[in-house]
Amino acid sequence: MSEINRAAVAHLARLAHIEMTAEELDKMAGELDVIVDSIKSVQEVARPEVPATSHPIPLTNVFREDVVGETLSQELALANAPDAADGRFKVPAILDEE
Amino acid sequence: MAATQDLVAFDEAMEKYDPVLGFEVHVELNTKTKMFSAAPNAFGDVPNTNVSPVDLGLPGVLPVVNKSAVEYSIMIGLALNCKIAESCFFARKNYFYPDTPKNFQTSQYEDPICYDGYLDIELEDGEVFRVEIERAHMEEDAGKLTHMGGATGRIQGAEYSLVDYNRAGVPLVEIVTKPIVGAGSRAPELARAYVAAVREIVKNLGVSDARMERGNVRCDANVSLMPKGATQFGTRSETKNVNSLRAVERAVYFEIQRHAAMLESGQKVVQETRHWHEDTRSTTSGRPKSDADDYRYFPEPDLVPVVTTKAWIEELRARLPEPPAERRKRLKADWGYADAEFRDVVNAGVMDSIEETIAAGASAAVARKWWMGEISRRAKEAEVEPSELGVSPQTVVELDRLVQAGKINDKLARQVLDGVLAGEGSPEEVVEKRGLAVVSDDSALLEAIDAALAAQPEVAEKIRGGKVQAAGAIVGGVMKATRGQADAGRVRELIFERLGVQG
Repeated sequence: MSEINRAAVAHLARLAHIEMTAEELDKMAGELDVIVDSIKSVQEVARPEVPATSHPIPLTNVFREDVVGETLSQELALANAPDAADGRFKVPAILDEE
Repeated sequence: MAATQDLVAFDEAMEKYDPVLGFEVHVELNTKTKMFSAAPNAFGDVPNTNVSPVDLGLPGVLPVVNKSAVEYSIMIGLALNCKIAESCFFARKNYFYPDTPKNFQTSQYEDPICYDGYLDIELEDGEVFRVEIERAHMEEDAGKLTHMGGATGRIQGAEYSLVDYNRAGVPLVEIVTKPIVGAGSRAPELARAYVAAVREIVKNLGVSDARMERGNVRCDANVSLMPKGATQFGTRSETKNVNSLRAVERAVYFEIQRHAAMLESGQKVVQETRHWHEDTRSTTSGRPKSDADDYRYFPEPDLVPVVTTKAWIEELRARLPEPPAERRKRLKADWGYADAEFRDVVNAGVMDSIEETIAAGASAAVARKWWMGEISRRAKEAEVEPSELGVSPQTVVELDRLVQAGKINDKLARQVLDGVLAGEGSPEEVVEKRGLAVVSDDSALLEAIDAALAAQPEVAEKIRGGKVQAAGAIVGGVMKATRGQADAGRVRELIFERLGVQG
């Protein structure tokens, strides 16, 4: 049973802003399907009472005190910007969305 | 677009439909640093200077949670009568937009830190409406975009945009209500009162500067209509950018009228975001909900869970100040003001000033008289808040003391206040410098009375004949002669004494 079909991969690629060719979509659909199947077999073992693991290390409450630390200068902050103006990052006009 | 939208009059809409409301209020916390980095959380600085590699989403960086931001979030939850999660984690909300340099916003998804709360909202006439809180979760703010090249500074027609990431990563708490049913025609009023109450609470807690004009408190308002008596909600619109209390009320009012017109003409309401425009007091279509809203949330792998203990929560609960609504109730009872008097005091924004003035030694009646009278009047003229006028509680206390001692009268007291506001010193000093004390020397008064009687012999004759009300003209003459610095009551007594009649 295929969970991940070509259309689903194309949808995800679009959401993730990844351009993919027709061959890549076919290939990825097959590969992702294998991965999903593998995870399925893990889920058979994990009973509903087992909470989902988001972190493998049993650490909690890693906090920082509210004290100001180092910042970048404006020049450094903008050093890798493709374009900048007035001390700010310059980006193409954004249409249809706000 | 906005001008051509069909509307059904609000009252008419309310005869046929029940509105259902929902609010998402974003509160910017006033921690010293950001949610996940040690860069300063500050407004109005030089662009892109309050940024660290974490805020810019540079490769290889690791976020670390600001403990104060977590504590502030819990305090907000407690003030909203929420349950606090024993354990919760952060999640990534994935989307592409230039104000979000990481291409995801670090937020919370399945398990917010605060959930299942409520807030009792008192409307102006005293009716109390309970708003249920679904959740309050921690997240981070985005950078600030400025659209350039368009005629109006709006996104439409812009040639390019400039981004300042100083605000990126500023701690936010998003407070989400459950659907609010049953407000009826009071929906716009309730909307305003709810946002006002949240703003007041976070300000009172000291966890946010709560300045709406700076975007510290921002509201998205959801509105839908269903036929009267129905239980199935209609399709909702979500209006963004409603960032003043007045705008919240107006946006809900407008959307109810717009929805009603669509339903009446047999159209379907589209589930979409809408933009509020203060200039036209209307909304325009943003974008429809689409699969681009598939945010592919997943647990943030770079941050470990936040675990709360009972002891920690109780320690934070002990730090909560008296809730604003309870404080108002207590002060009203203490001061003995009537309902209408107290409401006027609250609406005029002078409750704190009155409290301080009473603490400084004035009676409740005197404090109210000054703050609601002379000080409010001057503030209105100067177009500032009464508390910003520069009148200290001590000034009011001293002015009243001078009046009580008979040193000045009410009229002179107003001149003394002028002097204080002009920086001439304390009330006592102003009385001294301007020579404003009441003339209390009887001989000086008698001299003026004799002059006035001589100037108006026919009036003097009338008074001798028993027409005591005619004395007003003589009193007026004396007040004029003393430039208002006489005690009118004493002048009156002396006139009768002089003429040998009973007053």
